[in-house]
Amino acid sequence: MFGFGILTGLTFLPLVGAAFLLTQKGEDEATLRNIRWAAFLTTLATFALSVYVWMGFDPSSAAFQFVEEKAWFGAGLTYKMGVDGFSMPLVLLTTFIMPFAILASFESITKRVREYFVAFLVLETLMIGVFCALDLVLFYLFFEGGLIPMFLIIGIWGGKRRVYASFKFFLYTLVGSLLMLIAILAMYNQAHTTDITVLLKTDFPKDMQFWLWLAFFASFAVKMPMWPVHTWLPDAHVEAPTAGSVILAAILLKMGGYGFIRFSLPMFPDASVHFAPLVYAMSVIAIVYTSLVALVQEDIKKLIAYSSVAHMGYVTMGLFTMNAQGLQGAMFQMISHGFVSGALFLCVGVIYDRMHTREIAAYGGLVSRMPIYAFVFMLFTMANVGLPGTTGFVGEFLSLAGAFKANSWVALIATSGVIFSAAYALYLYRRVVFGVLEKPSLKDIMDLTPREIAIFVPLIALTIYYGVLPQQILSSTQASVDNLLQSHTALLDAVKIAAAGH
Amino acid sequence: MIQAIVFLPLVGFLIAGAFGRKLGPRPSELLTTGLLMACAVMSWITFFDVALGHNHGFAPVLANWMTVGALKVDWALRVDTLTAVMLVVVTTVSSLVHLYSIGYMHEDPSRPRFFAYLSLFTFAMLMLVTADNLVQMFFGWEGVGLASYLLIGFWYEKPSACAAAIKAFVVNRVGDFGFALGIFLVFQLTQSLSFNEVFAAVPGLEGKPIHIFGMDVDALEIAAFLLFIGAMGKSAQFFLHTWLPDAMEGPTPVSALIHAATMVTAGVFMVARLSPIFEHAPHAAAFVTVIGAVTAFFAATVGLVQNDIKRVIAYSTCSQLGYMFVAEGVGAYSLGVFHLFTHAFFKALLFLGAGSVIHAMHHEQDMRNMGGLRKDIPFTFAMMTIGTLALTGVGIPHTEIGFAGFFSKDGIIEAAYAASAHSTAAMIGFISTVVAAGFTSFYSWRLVFMTFFGTRKEHGHEAHAAHAHDDHAHDDHAHDDHGHGHHAPHESPLVMLVPLAVLALGAVFAGYLFEPDFAGHAYDEFWKGALFTGEHNHILHARHEIPTWVGFAPFTMMVLGFLLSLYVYVLKPGLAQKIAGAFPRLYDFLLNKWYFDELYDAIFVKPAFAIGRLFWKGGDGAIIDGLGPDGVAARVVDGAKLAVRLQTGYIYNYAFAMLIGVAAIVTYFVAGGLR
Repeated sequence: MFGFGILTGLTFLPLVGAAFLLTQKGEDEATLRNIRWAAFLTTLATFALSVYVWMGFDPSSAAFQFVEEKAWFGAGLTYKMGVDGFSMPLVLLTTFIMPFAILASFESITKRVREYFVAFLVLETLMIGVFCALDLVLFYLFFEGGLIPMFLIIGIWGGKRRVYASFKFFLYTLVGSLLMLIAILAMYNQAHTTDITVLLKTDFPKDMQFWLWLAFFASFAVKMPMWPVHTWLPDAHVEAPTAGSVILAAILLKMGGYGFIRFSLPMFPDASVHFAPLVYAMSVIAIVYTSLVALVQEDIKKLIAYSSVAHMGYVTMGLFTMNAQGLQGAMFQMISHGFVSGALFLCVGVIYDRMHTREIAAYGGLVSRMPIYAFVFMLFTMANVGLPGTTGFVGEFLSLAGAFKANSWVALIATSGVIFSAAYALYLYRRVVFGVLEKPSLKDIMDLTPREIAIFVPLIALTIYYGVLPQQILSSTQASVDNLLQSHTALLDAVKIAAAGH
Repeated sequence: MIQAIVFLPLVGFLIAGAFGRKLGPRPSELLTTGLLMACAVMSWITFFDVALGHNHGFAPVLANWMTVGALKVDWALRVDTLTAVMLVVVTTVSSLVHLYSIGYMHEDPSRPRFFAYLSLFTFAMLMLVTADNLVQMFFGWEGVGLASYLLIGFWYEKPSACAAAIKAFVVNRVGDFGFALGIFLVFQLTQSLSFNEVFAAVPGLEGKPIHIFGMDVDALEIAAFLLFIGAMGKSAQFFLHTWLPDAMEGPTPVSALIHAATMVTAGVFMVARLSPIFEHAPHAAAFVTVIGAVTAFFAATVGLVQNDIKRVIAYSTCSQLGYMFVAEGVGAYSLGVFHLFTHAFFKALLFLGAGSVIHAMHHEQDMRNMGGLRKDIPFTFAMMTIGTLALTGVGIPHTEIGFAGFFSKDGIIEAAYAASAHSTAAMIGFISTVVAAGFTSFYSWRLVFMTFFGTRKEHGHEAHAAHAHDDHAHDDHAHDDHGHGHHAPHESPLVMLVPLAVLALGAVFAGYLFEPDFAGHAYDEFWKGALFTGEHNHILHARHEIPTWVGFAPFTMMVLGFLLSLYVYVLKPGLAQKIAGAFPRLYDFLLNKWYFDELYDAIFVKPAFAIGRLFWKGGDGAIIDGLGPDGVAARVVDGAKLAVRLQTGYIYNYAFAMLIGVAAIVTYFVAGGLR
C-alpha cells in the first residue's frame, strides 16, 4: 500500500472512512443512514484487518513485528510502526470495541451526525496509532492528538455541563503531556534518537531516569487516571455521550497503562524500582478511596466511573510489582476492563436513551419490564466485581497474586477492594433493577431491541470465554512480559555488581 | 461420568434460563429436576465405587485455566472419598429440593427462573467440591455465592429480600477476602496451587517463619488462618454469621438446599480438604475450635427465643456448623464431615418440613400464630418429629442405637473431650457443645410444640399487632394475594411429601449405617487418605477411651432440654412469656441476636457511607478540584476577562487557545532540542 506496511493501513483505514463521510452532504434521512452504516462498516473492516494482522502475529516472540520505517521531515525524525505482545492485544481491543461504540450511537445522536462519526473515526486512527507507534514523537502526536476528538465529542455531543467537563478533561491531560514532551526532548538530547526500539536499549543515567520517570508519570497517571488526579474522569464520563464513555473507559484509559509498560518500566528501571512504593500507595488509595466514593454516588455513570478508577488501581499496582503474575495480570485487567466497563457504560446508555436521566433514584424495578436487560446488567456487574468465570476475575486475581509477592501490605489493602466493589455494584444494581416498578415514567419502558442485543452478545461471549479460557490473551503478552522481566533483572543485577565493585 | 454429574446441572441452568419463558414452567421444572435425578444416581454410583469400593479416585484435567510464570491452574475434576461424600450430599438434597419445589412454588409465575437458579447453584457447588486446586475451589465458592445472592433475592420486589441478598454477598466477600489472601500466600510458599503439589510441600514448611503484614509469624499458621476466614464467611461462623438468618428471605426450598445442607457446609469441606495444612498449623486449628465452639453456643442461645419458624432452624444450622468446626479443630476431620453428612439429611428435612408447614398455613411463618397443626398435617408433623429426633441426637449412649445426629454429634462431643486433656481450646469446645446440645433440644422441641401442639390463635388484631412488632416475621410470599386465615391448614401435595420421606430415611439411618466408615473401624478403607491426619493425631481412638459420664453428658442435656421445653410450652402455656418478662434485658439481648446487626451497622456500614461522602465532597470536591482544575479554571477565566478580544463565549475556545500556546512551546523546544 504505497510502500507502507499493514500497520499503516490499519491505522489510517478509519481515516479513509472519515474522508468518505465528509463527502456525504445533506441532512435527509437517507444520507444519515448512509453515514451511520459507512461508519459502522469502516470500523468493522478495521477490526477484520486487525484480526488479519493478529493471525500473522507470532506470540512466542518478544520482538516488534510488522515493523515499518520511513524517514520523515528529514532532521532525524522517523515514521516507525510495529507491534509486540503489549500493543497487539490493545490494538485488537480498540478495533473490537469501536463497532459497538458506533452501533450504540445509531439512534441516540441526532445533531451533527456526520461530524460525530468523523470524530470517532479520527479518534480510532489516533488510538491505533498510539499503540503501533515506535517513534517517540510519533507516539506523542497520536497520544496528544487523541485528546482533540474526545474533547470535541464531550464538548459538542455531551450533557448539560459538557463544557466544564471537557475543559477539565483537557486541562488535566494537557498539564501531564506538557511534562512528557519536555522529557521526550531530554531523551532525544541524551540518545540522539526518538526510535523507541533504540531507546529501550539505552541506559539513561540514574538521576536523569528519576526526572524522566516523573515527567512520563505525570502524563500517564492522569490518563490512567490514578488518585489524586482522577477527578476529571467522573465529570467527563457523566457528560460524554454513551459511545464517548465507552471509548474513554475501554480504550483511552488503557493508554496510561500502556505508557507505563512501554516506557516507564523498561526505559527507566532504576527509577521504576525507586518509585514503586509511590505507585503502590497511590494504587491502593485509589482502590479503597474511589470504591467508597462510588458507594455514595447518585448518578449511575459517575458510580461506574469511580469504579473504573478503582479497577485501574489494580493495573498500576500489578505493573509495578515487576513479576510475571503482576504484569500479566495488569495487562489482562486492561483488556478485561475494556470489555466490562465498556459494556457497563453501554448498559447505562440503554436506559439513558429511554429515560434521559442518569439519576439512580429515577429508576427501580426495571427487571419486571426488562428481563433481558436485567440479565445483561447482572452479568457485567458480576464481571465488574471479579466473579471467577469472568474476565474480571483473572485480571484481579493475577495482579493481586503478583502484588502479594511484592508487598503483603499492598495486597492486603488492595484485596479489600473485593468487598467494596461488591457493595457498591450490588447496591447500584438493587436500586436500578430490583424492587417494585412503581415510577409512572417507567411504566412503558421497553426491553432491549435487537440492535442492542446484537451489541451485547459478543461482549458477553468474550467476557465469559476469556474468563474461563484466558490463555489466548495471556500467552500473547507472555513473551513480552518475560523479555521485560529478564532485561529488568539483568539491569538491576548490573547495577548491583557495579555498586559492589566500587 | 464425573463430567456428566458436574455439567448436567449447568445444561439444565442454561436451557431453563435461556428458554424457560418460551418453554413454560412445567418443561423447565421437569428438565432440571430430571437432570438432577440423573446426577444423584450417578453420584451414588461414584460413591459406591470410590468411597465404599476400591477405586482410589481420579482427577481428569478438562483444560488449562491460566498459566502465568510458576502459577499454573487447570480446570480439573478431582474425585476422592471426600468429594464422593459431598457429591452424594449435594446431588441428593438438590434433586429432592428440585422435586419439592415443583409443589412449593406452584403459584409463582417465575418458576423457570427459580429452577434455573437452583441448577446453577448445584453446578457451582459441584465445581467447588470437585476442585483440584485452590482457584477452582474459589470459582465454585464465589459461584455458589452468586446463586445464593440470586435466590435470596428471588422475590426482588421485597426490599427486605434485596437487602438480605446484598448482605449475604458482601459478608461472604469479607470471608473471600481472607480466602484470596490465603491463596496468594500458599502460592508464595509452595509455588503451586494444585492440592497435590501444595500438600506435598506442606511438611517441609512446618515451623518456617515468614515476614508478613509487618509481623514475623509461622507461615503455615497464617496461611491456615487466612483460608479459614473464607470458611467462616461461607459457613456463617461467629463474626461473619449475620447474613445467614437474613438469608431466610429466600424461598424455603432454597433455605433447605443452600443455607442448611450444602453451601454453608462449604467451609467445613474446605477445612477437611485442606487438612494437611491445618494438621501442621496447631494454633490455627485451635482458633477453628474456638470459633466453632463460640458459634455453637451463640447461635443456640439466639435460637431459644426466635419466633419465625425458619429463623429458629437457621440459627440451629449456624450452631451445628459450629459443631463441625469444633471437630475439625481438634483433628477429627472425619467426624466433622460425618456430621456434615448426617446434618444435610435432617436439616434439609426440617427446612422442607417447615416449608410444608408454611405452605399449609398460607405463608405464615410466625410460630406464635400457629399451634395444634399435628391434626391438620399429620404427615408433616411426623417428618418434623423425626428431624427433631435426629437433630437433638436421640440415642442410647454407649450403644449403636440412635438417630443420625446421635452418632455424629455425640462423636464430636467425645472427640472434643478427648482432646481437651492437652488443649484449652478443645475444653472450650467440649463445654460449649454440651451446653449447646441442651439448648438445641430445647429450641427444637419448642418449635415442634409451638407449631403442632396447643391451639391455633385465630388471626385477629392481636396477631397482627404481634406481627407489626416483630420485623422478622415476614411473609414468605410478598405477592401472595391468597389472604390469611380464611382457609383451613391443608397437607401438602405428594410431590412435596416424597422428598420429606426420603430425607427422613436418611435422618434415621445415615448415622447407624455409615458410622463405621466415616469414623469407625472401616476408616482407612473408606477415606483412602483423602483426609490427612498427622502421626500424633489419635483423636479417633482417644474418643473411645473417655470416662462413661462424658457419653452421658449430651444425652442428659438433650433430655433436660426436652423436658424443660415440654414443661414450658405444653404443660404450662403462658410460662414462656412470664420468663421473658422476668428477664427483659436478657430476652431482648437474645431476641436481637446479641445486637450484632446494630453493631455492624454502627461500626461498618454507616461509617463506610459517611467516609465515602467525605471523600467525595471533601476530598474530590473541595481539595482536589478546588486546588486543582477549578482553581486554575477560575484564574483562566479571570485572565480571559481581561483579554476581551478573545472572548467568544465558549470556554472550550480558550482550551484551543491553550493548544496554540502549547504548539508555540513545542516549536521552541523542538527548535532548541534538534539543534
